[in-house]
Amino acid sequence: MMPAERELAKVPLRERAWFKELMFTLRRIRESPLSLAGLAIVLFFVAIAVLAPVLAPPRPGRDPFVMPRYGYLATPKPPSKEYPFGTAEGQYDMFYGCIWGTITAFRVGLIAVGGSLAIGITVGAISGYFGGLVDDVLMRITDVIYAFPGLILAMAFVTAFGVGLDNVIKALVLVGWPTYARLTRAGVLQTKQEDYVEAARAIGASNFRILVKHVLPNSIYPVVIVSTLDMGSMVLTAAALSFLGLGAPIGYADWGQLIAMSRNWILGEAGNPFAYWHTYTIPGVFIFTFVLGWNLLGDAFRDILDPTLRRR
Amino acid sequence: MGGMRTYIIRRLLLIIPTLLGVSLLIFAVSMVFSPEERAALYVTEGSLKAAARIEAIIKKYGLDQPVYVQYFKWLSSVLRGNLGWSKSLNIPVSRAFTELWPASVELAIYAVPLIVLTGIFLGKISAVHRDRLPDHLSRIFAIVGWSLPTFWSAIVLLAVFYGALGIFPPGRLGPEAQSIVHSPGWVEYTGLYTIDAILNRNLFVLVDALRHLFLPVLNLVIVGNAGIMRVMRSSLLEELHKEYVMAARTKGVPEKVVIDKHAMRNALIPVVTLAGIMVANFMTGLVITETVFEFKGLGYWAAHAATQLDFPAVLAFAMFSGIMFVVANLVVDVLYAYLDPRIRLG
Repeated sequence: MMPAERELAKVPLRERAWFKELMFTLRRIRESPLSLAGLAIVLFFVAIAVLAPVLAPPRPGRDPFVMPRYGYLATPKPPSKEYPFGTAEGQYDMFYGCIWGTITAFRVGLIAVGGSLAIGITVGAISGYFGGLVDDVLMRITDVIYAFPGLILAMAFVTAFGVGLDNVIKALVLVGWPTYARLTRAGVLQTKQEDYVEAARAIGASNFRILVKHVLPNSIYPVVIVSTLDMGSMVLTAAALSFLGLGAPIGYADWGQLIAMSRNWILGEAGNPFAYWHTYTIPGVFIFTFVLGWNLLGDAFRDILDPTLRRR
Repeated sequence: MGGMRTYIIRRLLLIIPTLLGVSLLIFAVSMVFSPEERAALYVTEGSLKAAARIEAIIKKYGLDQPVYVQYFKWLSSVLRGNLGWSKSLNIPVSRAFTELWPASVELAIYAVPLIVLTGIFLGKISAVHRDRLPDHLSRIFAIVGWSLPTFWSAIVLLAVFYGALGIFPPGRLGPEAQSIVHSPGWVEYTGLYTIDAILNRNLFVLVDALRHLFLPVLNLVIVGNAGIMRVMRSSLLEELHKEYVMAARTKGVPEKVVIDKHAMRNALIPVVTLAGIMVANFMTGLVITETVFEFKGLGYWAAHAATQLDFPAVLAFAMFSGIMFVVANLVVDVLYAYLDPRIRLG
């Protein structure tokens, strides 16, 4: 770091952009009871994911994401002492599937959001900082991706890449990044006019250095927070793709896949229409609650990018 | 209206790059496939199997030539209405569209107005009773609808209303009504069964079609109105704090009139801008809802095509969704300019 720049960088903790953003976030969550409920739900799922090896121990030497099965009979078994959530079509252990499906959900959500964010921030920063033709071209690309409904474009990508959970994640990244690119661009446009950016330029810092050291740290935190809250919708889209048969393979611990496996059993049997209620209800409650948690948490942030509601 | 005409022309020209971009993206996705596979994007008859024919297609459309040559040949083939061959249905993609659109449009003409009206209603209730019970209830309703996996709510509706109660079956028509609409006496005006039933004066088919429409429409409404509700709520709240509303109130205008006649009119304007997003959400809902209810429309076809690697069908459907979005936004912009002269002159 250049000496003059070091002087500029001596900012107390509570003046740092990320710290202010974190405090702002926590305050908004505390102010809204619905967000607190959302936070509780999200933490509950984190606990399930962390405790998965204890709650549903995988068989040694097996892929923990493949549900154990107890026989090859097609007809699902209702919940019992032995199988708390019953078994799915083909005698897969649904309790195991729902617990490990939580890890699958976090994995899909984190990678999809993280990947989209990485591309989005890079594109948005370049677009906003350099402007001109580069900006025009990059923003037209985001327009084009915006024109497609996310699930449908992801479907097209998965058809091209091949069916599978990894390809679903890739498709979600390709569909998801433009939102963050636009948000980052807006933040960069605002930040690059600040005095400290001018100062850094005056002392001869390079474009790359200004962008990475000064502009981005002061403009991307809202984007990062908004993106975290997109976990829910990412997981929802991934589950829908798994349900359509484009994601996780049969037997994989994935909520959408479990619901897809229930489709032959929706109507129950003669005289007992809800004989197999557990096959679709239990994984459905898992997905719904997971997404609801993130959406409730996010409810306090709808206006996060609204400058009139922010205090900086 | 001279200003209006130039505005429309300018706006029409502006969508051309976006539409070209949409086509480029679709074309780029198709380039993942080998020339032999891509032949399916051009053929219009089923005898694709013959290796000689594939060779001929590759030659004719230059599938072994530079990318830009291929793009222009593909685009001109698409513009002439040739979208390739759908192997999941075993008919040309363009014919699949003409055969399947009535089912999806029939869902849309019932679901979309209901989505919009319930969204506006809930948003209004929420804003008027801010921070009281009706507000909490409608916000919870909206956030629940927003978090519900469309495919799961569809399955639960089907299990209850068909599996247990037997009232609302899946599909578009029951077997009896099926045989009526395929009988020689039936005149097909639109392909939309409810409308054709009225024109054919057949109450039985009308009731049967409505019974089959009920659950898919209900499902689309449950998951579809959260966005409108949210915007309606905040936009009405904003209007209710403006000076003209205060002025009306101090003049002694009844609150109901203040809300319905004054504030609502202005509050509805931001809701209109949601049309593009609504179209996108609706298309997504259509894919899932039609699949679960076996309602054989465009969405059902696209989902099944995807699982059978029928990529010409998936790509054509994706392109169609993109074009719908662009057109919806165009219509909204033109309407806006018509309502607000500042936009077209600015």
